[in-house]
Amino acid sequence: MCLAVPAKLIEQDGQQGIVDLHGNRLRVNTMMTPEAQTGDWILIHAGFAIERLDPEAARETWALIKDAEQAAEDQAGQSGSVARTNRNNGGIV
Amino acid sequence: MISTDQSAEKLLERLRVAAQAVKEDIAFMEVCGTHTTSAFRCGLPTVMPPNVRLISGPGCPVCVTSQGDIDRLIDLGSRQDVILCTYGDMLRVPGRRGNLETARTRGRRIEVVYSSMDALKRAIDEPDQQVVFAAVGFETTAPATAAAVCEAQRQNVRNFSVLASHKRIIPAMRALLTDEEIPSIHGFLCPGHVSVIIGSEIYRPIVDEFNVSCVIGGFEPTQLISSLLCLTELVLNRQTALVNQYREAVRPEGNPRALALLAEVFEPGDARWRGMGIIPESGLVLRDKYRHFDAVQRFELSEPDEHEPPGCICGKVISGAALPVQCKLFGRACTPVSPIGPCMVSSEGTCSAWFKYGRSGHLNLSCTHANEPQEVLP
Amino acid sequence: MTNQAENHRAVSQPRPTPARFSHIALAHGGGGQLTDVLLNQIVMPRLNNPALSQLLDSGMIPGGRFALTIDSYVVQPLFFPGGDIGRLAVSGTVNDLAVCGARPQALALSMIMAEGLERKVLERVLDSVATTADEAGVRIITGDTKVVGHGQADGIYLTTAGIGELTGLPVPHPDHVAPGDVLIINGPIGDHGLTVMLAREMPEVESVLRSDVAPLNGLIEKLRCAAEIMFMRDPTRGGLAGLAADLAARTGWRINLEENQIPIRPESKHAADMLGLDPLEIANEGKVVVVVRPAEAAAVLEAMKRHPSGRDAKIIGSVTAEKDGICVLHTSIGGWRVLQKPYGEQLPRIC
Repeated sequence: MCLAVPAKLIEQDGQQGIVDLHGNRLRVNTMMTPEAQTGDWILIHAGFAIERLDPEAARETWALIKDAEQAAEDQAGQSGSVARTNRNNGGIV
Repeated sequence: MISTDQSAEKLLERLRVAAQAVKEDIAFMEVCGTHTTSAFRCGLPTVMPPNVRLISGPGCPVCVTSQGDIDRLIDLGSRQDVILCTYGDMLRVPGRRGNLETARTRGRRIEVVYSSMDALKRAIDEPDQQVVFAAVGFETTAPATAAAVCEAQRQNVRNFSVLASHKRIIPAMRALLTDEEIPSIHGFLCPGHVSVIIGSEIYRPIVDEFNVSCVIGGFEPTQLISSLLCLTELVLNRQTALVNQYREAVRPEGNPRALALLAEVFEPGDARWRGMGIIPESGLVLRDKYRHFDAVQRFELSEPDEHEPPGCICGKVISGAALPVQCKLFGRACTPVSPIGPCMVSSEGTCSAWFKYGRSGHLNLSCTHANEPQEVLP
Repeated sequence: MTNQAENHRAVSQPRPTPARFSHIALAHGGGGQLTDVLLNQIVMPRLNNPALSQLLDSGMIPGGRFALTIDSYVVQPLFFPGGDIGRLAVSGTVNDLAVCGARPQALALSMIMAEGLERKVLERVLDSVATTADEAGVRIITGDTKVVGHGQADGIYLTTAGIGELTGLPVPHPDHVAPGDVLIINGPIGDHGLTVMLAREMPEVESVLRSDVAPLNGLIEKLRCAAEIMFMRDPTRGGLAGLAADLAARTGWRINLEENQIPIRPESKHAADMLGLDPLEIANEGKVVVVVRPAEAAAVLEAMKRHPSGRDAKIIGSVTAEKDGICVLHTSIGGWRVLQKPYGEQLPRIC
């Protein structure tokens, strides 16, 4: 019902932010995620950041976040891979 | 490259084991159209256990918008004195007098926007034109409309208005659970991105009152399979529960800022859903202090005349009461090239997904296992 | 539930009946199913002949020595990362000749400009035409210029026609495709369409994406030396999905694509996700899909990889003997789905 994609917040200025989506950078409105900091992964829908993602959980479930961080690491010339724990299937809440 | 193969295969194996142990036919409803599309895109129906069925629910905002609301939108878009800004999703939805795309071919100004703020910006850039934003969508999308309205108020943008047909998902789920025509559902796969806004706890009364499981899930193939596994295991263990499998994004209380924006600009109101009639409190209407941004008021639009295309059973398809192939128009008079009902227009629509991913309706998507093609690559 | 499944089985195969239309919509030019409707309802009944009815990228001039093609270019914006309308106009026509087995010999260029077009824009476009023609080894030997009133055209439209010489090698044709054949692509999909769509619909997005627009006659020449090409085509409008679905329908065989093998850059994948688009349906302007016998696949893949336009080449699928004429995509989770030709214009969406 609603497409939303995770992206990394790389710049912030008031309620405007710039996110990076694997080499695609766009301006988003961050008024709904005031707690998000530069470097956080946020969920983007229709030009708005709608939530800050819990980084640990996100890395486990999102292949593309893993990919992106891997790519960033590769670029930085590091050889180590992101530590991955077994995925958590969620618990009854 | 993206590769989720191994974990997907392991999860699928666990799903098959759990489903086999259940020993009876089970059906889950995915309430969200993006789940529908994701499932078809990754070929999920072809690898599902034979006794587990996914029923598509009323989760495509384009599909659930009533025909009267769509006609009114197209009429407004056909006026010479209006710039209509819409999400790309609405462009080809058929109304009684053509669609927005045909209005555009006749020279009307219909503009596709990615964000509500782009529509507001158009209004600010062209102060002599009336700019109307076609606001559709569930709670994921509605806060963006609310934000644009607040900003329009703050900047006193007088030539901006919204034609809002936003919907709320919880009243629709309740309506489904009390409708006797709807097949019995063993659990809901709840919409991940709506839940980002409304939170997970809001489903608890549904779980308790109707004794049905609600699992909130993400949209990647592994997330999808993992949610179905969770639902199946709950059936196996004879449990009902509320499970949040999208915890990286969904908090128990939702997004308080987004909810505050919604509450500031909108109040719940009765809304008409295609095929489901009027569901109390299932819509969002502008509060009095923002009513002057309501396109209905500004253009003195009359109450739409409700009707549905003859023969079209989109209403039943949306609520899970019928399969697309049970419609006599499906794949014959109604195709994505010349759609009659909105479920065929919207790329998230159930009919569109069945047509597109099921070889124009030739493949039986509810029992596709027999059609499994052989492995082919050298 | 059982009842529904039975009803479901009882349904006979539906026959789509495309509705008549009264006005041309943008989607009629999208190169998808609606373009087919336009061709079938209006063009073919009036203009049909044995050469045109082949509906290939180029038509064969009777006598069998030359191929002729023509294409118009109306892209907005005129300049986009990785290319521009001039480079597109030369590459597109050169590629349409090359994939039909013809060696491009000469091009004709027609320009329709709107009153008020800046001189420097025209100069830039024509510089690009010249550079690309040099790269492809062809000359523009004739042309035409028209100017229409302000507002009657959007900047500049180009049309290029091209003539190519058939080389004596067997001419690639869908009829030569047989079960067992292998499909190979020369690199990642989606770059051109996504770049242009981002530049047009979301100009504020800064992207590392670049169009892949390029003349491919050099690469294709090398491939034809390496092996006999049964069929080839450039997956332009309609994307890889359109090409594969068309080929399946045309040959009557099943075309199988392996999702995990189809090359796509992460930046394209994520841009497509953001816009709600399927990369398989997005236009490419520097890609070619070749179909070869399985024994020659390795040689062709090697030949591609040695060429700058084919470094990321991959075997992406094969033809199998099921006579259902559909294209099946085998997905990364071990399932499958049918790929169809897209319907029309691609639009960004939020749902």
